[in-house]
Amino acid sequence: MCGIAGIIYRNGGGEHRVGADMTAMLQAMKHRGPDSTGYALYRTASDGYVMHVKLAESNGYQEFDLAERLNRQRADIESRMKASGAAISSIDSTTSQHAMTVAFGFDGDLKQLADYIEDVRDTEVLSLGRSLEIIKDLGDADTVAADYKLGSFIGTHAIGHARMATESDVDIANAHPYWAYPFPDVAVVHNGQLTNYHQWRRRLERAGHRFQSECDSEIIAVYLAERMAQGDSLEDSMRRSLGELDGVFTYLCVTEDALGVAKDELGAKPLVLYESDEIVALASEEIAIRRVVDREIETYDPYEGAVMVWTR
Amino acid sequence: MTATYDARGLVELDGTIPRVSEIDGERAVMEARELSTRKINAELRWLLYERGVKDVTILNPSARHSLGVGILTRSRITFEGSLGYFGCGLIDGPEVRINGRVGWSVAENMMSGVVVIESNAGSLAGAALRGGDLVVKGQVGARTGIDQKGGTIIVMGSAGSMTGFMMQRGRQIILGDVGHGLGDSMYDGTLYVGGKVASLGIDCVEGEWTDADTELIERKFRIYGLGEPPELKKFVCGKKLYNYDSLEPSERKLVL
Repeated sequence: MCGIAGIIYRNGGGEHRVGADMTAMLQAMKHRGPDSTGYALYRTASDGYVMHVKLAESNGYQEFDLAERLNRQRADIESRMKASGAAISSIDSTTSQHAMTVAFGFDGDLKQLADYIEDVRDTEVLSLGRSLEIIKDLGDADTVAADYKLGSFIGTHAIGHARMATESDVDIANAHPYWAYPFPDVAVVHNGQLTNYHQWRRRLERAGHRFQSECDSEIIAVYLAERMAQGDSLEDSMRRSLGELDGVFTYLCVTEDALGVAKDELGAKPLVLYESDEIVALASEEIAIRRVVDREIETYDPYEGAVMVWTR
Repeated sequence: MTATYDARGLVELDGTIPRVSEIDGERAVMEARELSTRKINAELRWLLYERGVKDVTILNPSARHSLGVGILTRSRITFEGSLGYFGCGLIDGPEVRINGRVGWSVAENMMSGVVVIESNAGSLAGAALRGGDLVVKGQVGARTGIDQKGGTIIVMGSAGSMTGFMMQRGRQIILGDVGHGLGDSMYDGTLYVGGKVASLGIDCVEGEWTDADTELIERKFRIYGLGEPPELKKFVCGKKLYNYDSLEPSERKLVL
């Protein structure tokens, strides 16, 4: 099942309580997926980069020296970043023991840096960008928002995902959103099932892309990354995906300044859309939108095969 | 069976009737803003079945799911606002007006009665409809009237793909455009379309217009005050795919 949601504010500036709004939307759709919750949140782009790293699974095997291992990983990541020429401005690992957030300045090759960090055992780069931050963990939206202090996140737009696992494990690796590695500031959430996953995975692996999970949805992020690497725009890539990805899907994709949605040609997965001068809000169910727009509103379901993109 | 324990926080355990509606003879007004889904439905059933109320207005349904389901008595129910999924499913008798939008599967399996929606509806509107009239004044999503077995669905706007999918009986009148696969795998019943048809589904063919069609359309438009009916095209089953008879079990007994 899964619940997906997206919100983009149109009334200028970057001062919106996007963390709290997205939490309210996802919590309203808890019944669609209580396994894990994920966020891709955007703040106004800064000069430096922010990187979210997963050091271990929160429900994985807990060896007796886990704390020591996590500390070794942190130190290793820090030294590798310095060796790559990154100027680290802050490291925050207080929110969660198995996660790490690094703010840094960098002008080298981002893919090379991300590859080097992921080479540290058990490490996964969840997101990397000037404005994007991906946070995902087990539990419902209120739990994850409290663990990662998202209630105070001020930003410009976001997508989120409440997961009911159908095709792969309940853990952070298989939770959404997926970052379109190595494209900074691009992320995807998906509701549905892709049936030509293995075909695309083999194809994309041959093209040099890396996969961090067994989740079919990861294909969409990597697929879009590949199309954009070939020079397509986000909208063109999404349009093309309708013909090339099989199965049932509604997915949301975000970049630094845009929010897009694509629906498969059967219209098998729901999406409700609300557009006004102030915001555009989309969700699997209207009840989620009503948590941020608390009045009677005019909404509709976009039709099958729809590809729509809004910019800030 | 009533749930008494809920590990994941997904079940409403408290099913007591709130008894908060303002009742005035056979009419009642329910303020639903602070009530949970289960309490709204419990209150509605209490009003209709135990207090003898015939006309209920529900304020602030706030797009919640599964409201007004399973009502099996003649009554008038008005929702002042939008509903979520599965609104007014499994009903037999009521006249429902929804002054807002509805999500997926509105009036699913309605046996008799009327559901009028002032705005848009999601996919699967009137799924497995058995009888009664479902009127949507806005647009509808995909698979409208999937598995429809009776009754009439009227849509003033456009409809998505696979409209009338696996339809077995009944009628649909769509004034706007329809998506791909109209009437795919339909067994029987009639589809009327005013706008463009993106493509016909398997075994759906254009039908011959008769006076009975004109009479039906004019009557339904008169009942719901929808104005002058536009020119429509009729689509029926080509009957190349199946060999079933279209009788209900009770009818078959009479014939044989």
